[in-house]
Amino acid sequence: MNKKRAFDVTTLPGFTFIAILSFVLLYAPIATLVIYSFNGGNSVNQWGGFSLQWYVVAFNNQAVQDATVRSLIIALWASVISTTVAMMAALGTTRRGRFKGQTAIYMIINQPLMVPEIVTAVALLIFFSSVKIATGYTGLGYLILAHSAFCVPFAYLPIKARLEGMDTSMETAAADLYATPWQTFRYVTLPLLLPGVIAGAMLAFIISLDNVIITEFVKSAGQDTLPTYMLGQLRRALTPEVNAISTALLALTVLILIAFVFLTKKRE
Amino acid sequence: MNTPIAVDARNIGKIYATGKDAVTALGDVSISIEKGEFFTLLGPSGCGKTTLLRCIAGFETPTSGSIHLSGRDITYIPPNQRPVNTVFQSYALFPHLSVAQNVGFGLKMLGKPAGDVAKAVARVLALVKLEDFADRLPQQLSGGQQQRVALARALAPEPEVLLLDEPLSALDLKLRKEMQSELKRLQTETGITFVFVTHDQEEALTMSNRIGVMSQGELLQVGTPHDIYEHPVNRFVADFIGETNFLEGVVEGHQVRIGTGDALDVVLDGQVGAVTLAIRPEQVSLTTAGAGIAAQIAETTYLGTDTHYDLKLGDGSHIIARVQSKSAGTFNVGDTVSIAIDAKAVQVLKS
Ligand SMILES: Nc1ncnc2c1ncn2[C@@H]1O[C@H](COP(=O)(O)OP(=O)(O)O)[C@@H](O)[C@H]1O
Ligand SMILES: [Mg+2]
Repeated sequence: MNKKRAFDVTTLPGFTFIAILSFVLLYAPIATLVIYSFNGGNSVNQWGGFSLQWYVVAFNNQAVQDATVRSLIIALWASVISTTVAMMAALGTTRRGRFKGQTAIYMIINQPLMVPEIVTAVALLIFFSSVKIATGYTGLGYLILAHSAFCVPFAYLPIKARLEGMDTSMETAAADLYATPWQTFRYVTLPLLLPGVIAGAMLAFIISLDNVIITEFVKSAGQDTLPTYMLGQLRRALTPEVNAISTALLALTVLILIAFVFLTKKRE
Repeated sequence: MNTPIAVDARNIGKIYATGKDAVTALGDVSISIEKGEFFTLLGPSGCGKTTLLRCIAGFETPTSGSIHLSGRDITYIPPNQRPVNTVFQSYALFPHLSVAQNVGFGLKMLGKPAGDVAKAVARVLALVKLEDFADRLPQQLSGGQQQRVALARALAPEPEVLLLDEPLSALDLKLRKEMQSELKRLQTETGITFVFVTHDQEEALTMSNRIGVMSQGELLQVGTPHDIYEHPVNRFVADFIGETNFLEGVVEGHQVRIGTGDALDVVLDGQVGAVTLAIRPEQVSLTTAGAGIAAQIAETTYLGTDTHYDLKLGDGSHIIARVQSKSAGTFNVGDTVSIAIDAKAVQVLKS
């Protein structure tokens, strides 16, 4: 190693200050939000003593309950569908060597990451409203489909990364030992791929749970998810109930993220 | 002499990729491997050994030619439908399955009842002496043990043909010697046809019933180790198998006159004109100056039981003699000696 004077950003003047400032900016608002969720008073910025009352209020709020169930249903379906699609896409793009148009395929799969979300939202609104008129169906299916679509790239990336780390010798060995292509997938590829699949599904779940813009445009009346319900609350009087809901959502997300880190770490 | 044929490869050609990237891995290889034999494909790295093996296993489809297994054309049959198993160079053990599950994998895929699979696994694990490791994961085993698991996994379904692609190359010398005799024993005990690939000529000579020597996608010679060693068909084979002296010469009657002007007695088989003589170092005997080809000792190397003499001939060419250290007198650098070579020990190759 000949890098005697490798550039090290941590030695720059003011680095520590900027680093701390960044963390404060990132986490101070979240900390405030969490603290005020335990507020005994009615204000989101005036402390009135410790209490769990807003959690009780949120828990007993029928609208919150409905929105939560709806969010979970959509997120569950979206993560299952998008992960399945993403796994097939990853197998197709990594298990057959290089091919023509590979870059184009990657772009198409990752399209939701690049197209502005508001554009997709408007497009889906227009598209689905004509479908609604044509079919008369107004259920959660539209939201599930829309969420599945934008979750695909998030599920795709960890699966693809895992597949690229696996050479094809395992599949060759399975075929040598009389496994049909399906058996090879079932008994060799899938088990070895599982950490990537689970990681992908978790990411997709969180992304779906968190979505506001597309949901807001696509949902029919009475189809609020937790985030759009909270957005709606902002237009009325703001109470620490929103803090309580946010904190619960945050806790769930953090739990899933910890599991995600754990899973991706374990592979080597 | 009507041994049934296990693998019959006819005029196999294999070209990877197309256009300007095309690589001809196999030119036109025909080979008949008999049932129950230990057959070795020997050749330098890149000569197409793995490609030929992959064609037999079904991982590659030959560009031309056909492959028959016990008389059945399998050229286009997928690998999972061929009664052929492979021991991979990298072992390719399934990391998420235990040793027993790895070994039982083939039988399970064939749909055998769990009881039969368990019995077969126990039997094969005993065969490779790994009974106590059945519940371990592959990564909890040493390299040599992983090698045995790979072997057991390929043997468990009792294939008609077992393919082994340089299976011992990752092992250290001591373990390699052990595994060589182990493989030989397994082959004799199971009676399965082994097609073994190596670039190590000593390994090939000690283990095989027959050897096929390959170079640059062509099969140069097929024969018993003795045939290949004593009667190489050309300079490449003679050079690749063991140490060999080459002398250029011209046929004159029943003799070949070499560069020094000396005429050597040889056994001719119709050759005329310019030829190359291949002589094994152990076939060169030395006496104190007298009749025969005069030479001067340029260098001596003591190798324990044998001594190597580097001899300089009258025309400046060199030849190596390997003499038992105990026999006759020893010679020193600078001594003038006389070389004698038995006519039958001289291979006459076309130049
Ligand atoms: N998948 C492949 N694509 C292109 N060329 C290949 C491929 N596999 C092998 N080759 C080439 O074919 C030749 C023979 O390779 P191989 O059969 O692996 O030789 P060996 O096993 O004797 O070392 C080599 O020149 C190698 O580079
Ligand atoms: Mg090879």
